[in-house]
Amino acid sequence: MTLLAIDWILLIEKLVLIAIIVFASLGIALYTTFAERKVAAVLQDRPGPNRAGPFGLLQPFADGLKLIMKEEIIPNTSNKFLFILGPGLAMTAALMSCAVIPWSSHVEMFGRSIDLQVADINIGILYVFGVVSMGVYGIMIGGWASNNKFSLMAALRGASQAISYELAMGLSLIAVLMISGSLSLKTIVEQQMSGHLWNVVYQPLGFIIFFICAMAECNRTPFDLPEAENELNFGYHQEYSSMKLGFYLFAEYVNMIMSSAIMACLFFGGYDIPFLDESTLAPNIAAILGVGALLTKIVIFIFIFMWIRWTIPRFRYDQLMNLGWKKLIPLALVNMLITGAVILYLQK
Amino acid sequence: MQALTNRARTVSKKPMSFMERLYLPAIFKGMAITFSHIFKKQPTIRYPEQKRPFSPVFRGLHVLNRDEEGRENCTACGLCAVACPAEAITMEGAERLPGEENKYREEKYAAKYEINMLRCIFCGLCEEACPKDAIYLSETFTPADFSRKSFIYGKQDLLIPDPKTEPEAFAKARGEHEPTTAKPN
Repeated sequence: MTLLAIDWILLIEKLVLIAIIVFASLGIALYTTFAERKVAAVLQDRPGPNRAGPFGLLQPFADGLKLIMKEEIIPNTSNKFLFILGPGLAMTAALMSCAVIPWSSHVEMFGRSIDLQVADINIGILYVFGVVSMGVYGIMIGGWASNNKFSLMAALRGASQAISYELAMGLSLIAVLMISGSLSLKTIVEQQMSGHLWNVVYQPLGFIIFFICAMAECNRTPFDLPEAENELNFGYHQEYSSMKLGFYLFAEYVNMIMSSAIMACLFFGGYDIPFLDESTLAPNIAAILGVGALLTKIVIFIFIFMWIRWTIPRFRYDQLMNLGWKKLIPLALVNMLITGAVILYLQK
Repeated sequence: MQALTNRARTVSKKPMSFMERLYLPAIFKGMAITFSHIFKKQPTIRYPEQKRPFSPVFRGLHVLNRDEEGRENCTACGLCAVACPAEAITMEGAERLPGEENKYREEKYAAKYEINMLRCIFCGLCEEACPKDAIYLSETFTPADFSRKSFIYGKQDLLIPDPKTEPEAFAKARGEHEPTTAKPN
């Protein structure tokens, strides 16, 4: 009876991979909060956090400890179940998208060829979109369960913003998919590695639209309307304290890492090292170098995110909606049409 | 309406041009500006390790002075307490006993001398009022503390170290080696 035979080693392999990726993402997110403060400081001629440990490197742990030690406050009038569910959902959705990101090709270990990707599903990018839109529930439920006017308003803003920008994001993505002809992230990356130039060369406009929408999806400045400090009093997580607040803030950073990784995979060749033919190297070395390349790309994207955050102010709400519906969506549509026309022309 | 200054300018309400509506050129310009700040010098003074130099006329924490032989100058005349606009100084005088000539310079001395640092406004009038050069304001400031009581500085907190037994501590309290904005002469 081997109809439902389970490959136990594969299962263990995947579990180990999941553990590594989740903890690595959390670790990177931890230090992203530190990097954010350092980048902000450096861009404003300040030294930034520099007291905890050498160069302030222990600061994220001090922050985490502070958040955990704080008093947990659940408002009387809130819906307690949803109130607790909100931050958990935000964090889960943020972490789930790392399942389909190809971190590198494959390593050969214990006589097995191990793919450095949790699941190479053929609808990888669709899965990412599905999970990302679940992240809106974190904001919505958090804002709703707080039973606070400002939180609710912020949640509404967040939800409408995410929905409007997801459209343009999807449309700009279609142009990439027309070039690659596949929804699997691994296939898209491998196409860019083999001879093909990076997709950003074919799709510069698509990349800009995708980048702007990714910023809006992550609720980063200039699109941080859901957590507008000065007008909505910290937005949807206003009533949260302690680690539940920490989860919300942390989820934002995890989201940032994931969207950077997806942008790197879609437009910048993922784990491809420019001007180097990886197939000439031993597979293990190539895999490790590939992880390094992808991480470098992610770090660069995160720096750009932060750089933008500390440069430009927030959009007004009507400007945000105008930009999303009246500019990005038509632009993305035009981009899609032109790409389609060029592909048709080249095939003839 | 007439403008109060010649700097008044009317707000331009003309619609944005195409380049302005693109947002991106302006954003890149702003990003270039913020990026250039990475290489700028930080004006920050990293306080406990690095100290901002004080002016030699800075009025900081009070010091009760001693003469070269290490005797207290103060005679508890009370002129500083009278001069004090914040009424921060209280003192009790006592008469010098035979055999204490090496401790107090004159026949009378301050047995108790207290300054409430929360009341003190660091105006320096006590320093001006003192006929014996016994009190002056140094170039340090009052350290922060957790209780009100600890801000009432007694004689032990204020008295300068003995120049004969502890010359280094004396020089430090005089602030002779502290960074200063005074021009070297």
